[in-house]
Amino acid sequence: MFAYIVRRLLYAIPILIGVNLLTFTLFFVVNSPDDMAVSQLGDKYVTPEAIENWKQKNGYDKPLFLNPDAAGLTRLTDTIFFDKSVRLFAFDFGRSESGRDITSDVATRMWPSLAVALPTFIVGIGVNICVALMVVMFHGTRLDRGAVFLFVALMSISYLFYIIGGQFLVAKTWRLVPISGFHAEGQVWKFLILPVLVGVVAGIGAGARWYRTLFLEEANQDYVRTARAKGCSELTILFRHILPNALIPILTGVVVLIPSLFMGSLLIESFFGIPGLGSYMLDAINSQDFAIVRSMVFIGSILYILGLILTDISYTWADPRVRLS
Amino acid sequence: MLPPLAASTRAAALLFCSLLLAACTDGPWNNPNPPAPAGLVTYQSMISPAPPKHLDPAISYASDESLILMQIYEPPMGYHFLKRPYELIPLGAEDFPEITFLNARGEAIDPDQEEVAFSRYRLTVKADARYQPHPAFAVDDSGAPRYLFSDPQQGRSFRQISDFPHSGSRAVHANDYVYAIKRLADPFNGSPMLGFMAQYIVGMEEFSARLQDVEREGWLNLDQYPMEGLAVVDERRFDITIKGRYPQFSYWLAMHFFSPIPPEVDRFFHNPGFIDRNLTLDWWPVGSGPFMMVKNDPNSEIVLERNPNFRADYYPSEGAPGDAEAGLLDDAGKRLPLVDRAVFRLEKEVLSLWTKFLQGYYDRSGETHGNTNRVFDQAFVVGPDGVELSADMAGRDIGVEPDVKPGIYYYGFNMRDPVVGGYSEEKRKLRQALQIAFDTEEYLNIFYKGNGIAAHMPIPPGIPGFVEGEAGINPYVYDWVDGEARRKSIEHAQQLLVEAGYPNGRDARTGEPLKIFIDVQSQAISNTSMNWIDRAFARIGVQVEYRPADWNRTREKLLTGNTQIYSHGWLADYPDPENFLFLLFGPESPLICKCDGANNSNYESAEYDELFRRMRVMPPGAEREAIVAEMVDLLRKDAVWLYAFYPKDIYLNNSWVYNNKRHGISKNTLKYVRIDEALREQKRAEWNQPVIWPLYAAALLVIALLLPGIIAYRRRLRATARH
Repeated sequence: MFAYIVRRLLYAIPILIGVNLLTFTLFFVVNSPDDMAVSQLGDKYVTPEAIENWKQKNGYDKPLFLNPDAAGLTRLTDTIFFDKSVRLFAFDFGRSESGRDITSDVATRMWPSLAVALPTFIVGIGVNICVALMVVMFHGTRLDRGAVFLFVALMSISYLFYIIGGQFLVAKTWRLVPISGFHAEGQVWKFLILPVLVGVVAGIGAGARWYRTLFLEEANQDYVRTARAKGCSELTILFRHILPNALIPILTGVVVLIPSLFMGSLLIESFFGIPGLGSYMLDAINSQDFAIVRSMVFIGSILYILGLILTDISYTWADPRVRLS
Repeated sequence: MLPPLAASTRAAALLFCSLLLAACTDGPWNNPNPPAPAGLVTYQSMISPAPPKHLDPAISYASDESLILMQIYEPPMGYHFLKRPYELIPLGAEDFPEITFLNARGEAIDPDQEEVAFSRYRLTVKADARYQPHPAFAVDDSGAPRYLFSDPQQGRSFRQISDFPHSGSRAVHANDYVYAIKRLADPFNGSPMLGFMAQYIVGMEEFSARLQDVEREGWLNLDQYPMEGLAVVDERRFDITIKGRYPQFSYWLAMHFFSPIPPEVDRFFHNPGFIDRNLTLDWWPVGSGPFMMVKNDPNSEIVLERNPNFRADYYPSEGAPGDAEAGLLDDAGKRLPLVDRAVFRLEKEVLSLWTKFLQGYYDRSGETHGNTNRVFDQAFVVGPDGVELSADMAGRDIGVEPDVKPGIYYYGFNMRDPVVGGYSEEKRKLRQALQIAFDTEEYLNIFYKGNGIAAHMPIPPGIPGFVEGEAGINPYVYDWVDGEARRKSIEHAQQLLVEAGYPNGRDARTGEPLKIFIDVQSQAISNTSMNWIDRAFARIGVQVEYRPADWNRTREKLLTGNTQIYSHGWLADYPDPENFLFLLFGPESPLICKCDGANNSNYESAEYDELFRRMRVMPPGAEREAIVAEMVDLLRKDAVWLYAFYPKDIYLNNSWVYNNKRHGISKNTLKYVRIDEALREQKRAEWNQPVIWPLYAAALLVIALLLPGIIAYRRRLRATARH
């Protein structure tokens, strides 16, 4: 397994270079270094000298990909792409365009992200699995058909509707919890109730329907019929037999997300004022802060790759027949 | 194993218990604010929609950043809180600058007798001005700086300013102001003011060029590098010499760029390793103003506290007419500031911002929003009698303090465009016809809820040169009828189109319909707004096509003159007509200066430019006002802008907030705000009683959903085999 993991990690390097290249290209198709300078310096009295000065100070005074004035390998290395990308591989994220240390910001912001994402993830999976198993238990009945209809309806509603509806009803009209905010000191939980509730409810439709499909496939297997014939209760069949056998597809969708929980959610964090990495990314895009965008995409890619590796490892735990080689 | 029904019941119970637990906490359940320190009167406000990017007075140039900076720093000059038109007053300086005019040899001259080559501004620092307590001033027993490190490891335990156990303070010195101006010139700091100020301050350009070549490792002591236009006379007096005459320079002295920076503070923040922990002057301002920063978390909040070393400053005892009646002089003579602490929380979304304000968790709304229209959509509605407060606002005793912003938003013509540009009589008439067809008043009522005033000239109210009433109307677009300005008729616009060579909106020579192109920023205009503009011009047979783009592309088009009609805006830096009329000064055209010039209309008029050059260096007075009026007439005749309006700024204040007069230019008004804390607590408790029944309803719903399942399950278990 160790060799497998090392090999997968080595495969990650070209993927990360590709992701970097793509991010870099997409970003600079929309923004030029001059645009970034103006965005940072403000719209008034910005002289060409000030723009040049900003570019020089922040390392944007070089060509993007290829330096025609340089010789040899420096044609590639004396460029913005090389300067800004290579250091990422050493986990040196540098400073944002407004001068803040990105590593420090990421370290601070990942905890609020996790505080929302982790309970949403765990409670969400728990609720979805329980609801799906319950529906499977009544497969073919009116309850099942009604539940599927409800799932589709829940899936069809925009995520934004859940957020704004939740804020409007729970926080504004009923005044049960703060509408937004987050304070590390004191009663953090009261800021988490609503975003977690919204995240769980918004995910029930898609999640429960997906799990229902997985469980139904298993429910029709011979071993289930055998268990039922042996007189096992429905709950035992569902939790002891169907659930463990449906774990592989569940793990495929779930484990890959675990490392990404640190990255937070763009919408939830933005609307609920959670100072996490999701809103960090959104702010960076809005303020054309390439240093942050680049770093966040890089971190996101690494976490995703890590998630995929973890998924593979989890298969061996869920099904002893699986061997990584 | 836990049965699934029990698990979900547990989750529901946990949620229910959590909510019940909230009942055990102090105050309303929905209170988003952590408890404030006892005994300190705290002003609760917000920053929105993004946290400040820069708080270094040499770098920052955004109004939301000024809102924080101007409570902490004291530049030499400031503005009277209450008087209108805006009145300059000494702030960090003892008095107004003493101005001496010099000839090319540097000798003092009488400006009426001889041509002025230089102007020397002498300023005296207030005797009791002192800095806030700060570790940068802390010294050990031998008098040496306590926090001066040579290695990043030495200071690694300090992550915030509050982590430093020792602090100190000292009086503000003249050299601190000189040092601050040198920081503006230091290319390393990337100040947006460098290029502009170097045109005026003697030696600034050379100083900057010299520093560019200096090898630096760590802190560079700018005291070691003299700048020709700066001189420290003694501990409290210093001189700034500028090129020629520039009367508006006094206004610049009221901006945070000229706030004092002690060299030891600059040195402190250059300690090795500090920048990696965001310990920089850009994040931890150090000043001599009424407040000091105690917390800067750009992710959630900025907290200011009263500066215990703030000089003796008192609430003004005189103001503008009507201020006394409005209770704005009730605190006259009181020592400032009137609150002990101010918390600015980050709010990104309008719904939560607005809800918290209505719940009483914010004292004031409208302080930092760039997009007034968006935020106040929920505050105002257009009723049968015009714009009125929304139902949410009614009955809450919320004060509305509107003020016309010293700024202007406009759609300008590109005067180099072959269709709408040019200076022939036909082109003027074409533009005038378009101006008449665009009913600005209706547009503002519909899309800005009346929070704007149609502009007749580029100079907004409150700025010298603005003229009200019949004398102030644009006679090419309006008539004065029954004591008010009335837009000329559509028939008149159609007649102008005929004279311009576009009868019924078609080119008389080719028969082609006239189509105009408006460059808009994608996020700045709605579909309904575009539909309205379509209909407005359809009345004279003119078609409109929009070319939406993001700001970067729009800016690129402006720089290259590749636009026909564009949208833009300008907020005053200082209350002088020069700061508006330069928007149409020929050399400011991006196509002429090959820079990011302000004259995006590329308007060129030798007469206008000459008048501008004369007006720019004249002291205020009747002669200057006459020139301004002449310039305004030229702009009206040439019809350079399609339409323009002066936006209104609005404070919405809860009833416990006092001294709410909005100041269009100055941001250092927090020190005048007074809060009635008892009333605030009472109203918050009253407005935020939780509604409990949904919790019971939710519990019943869960049971109602589970019960049929449980019953069916139990029935199935008891059932006998049917097949």
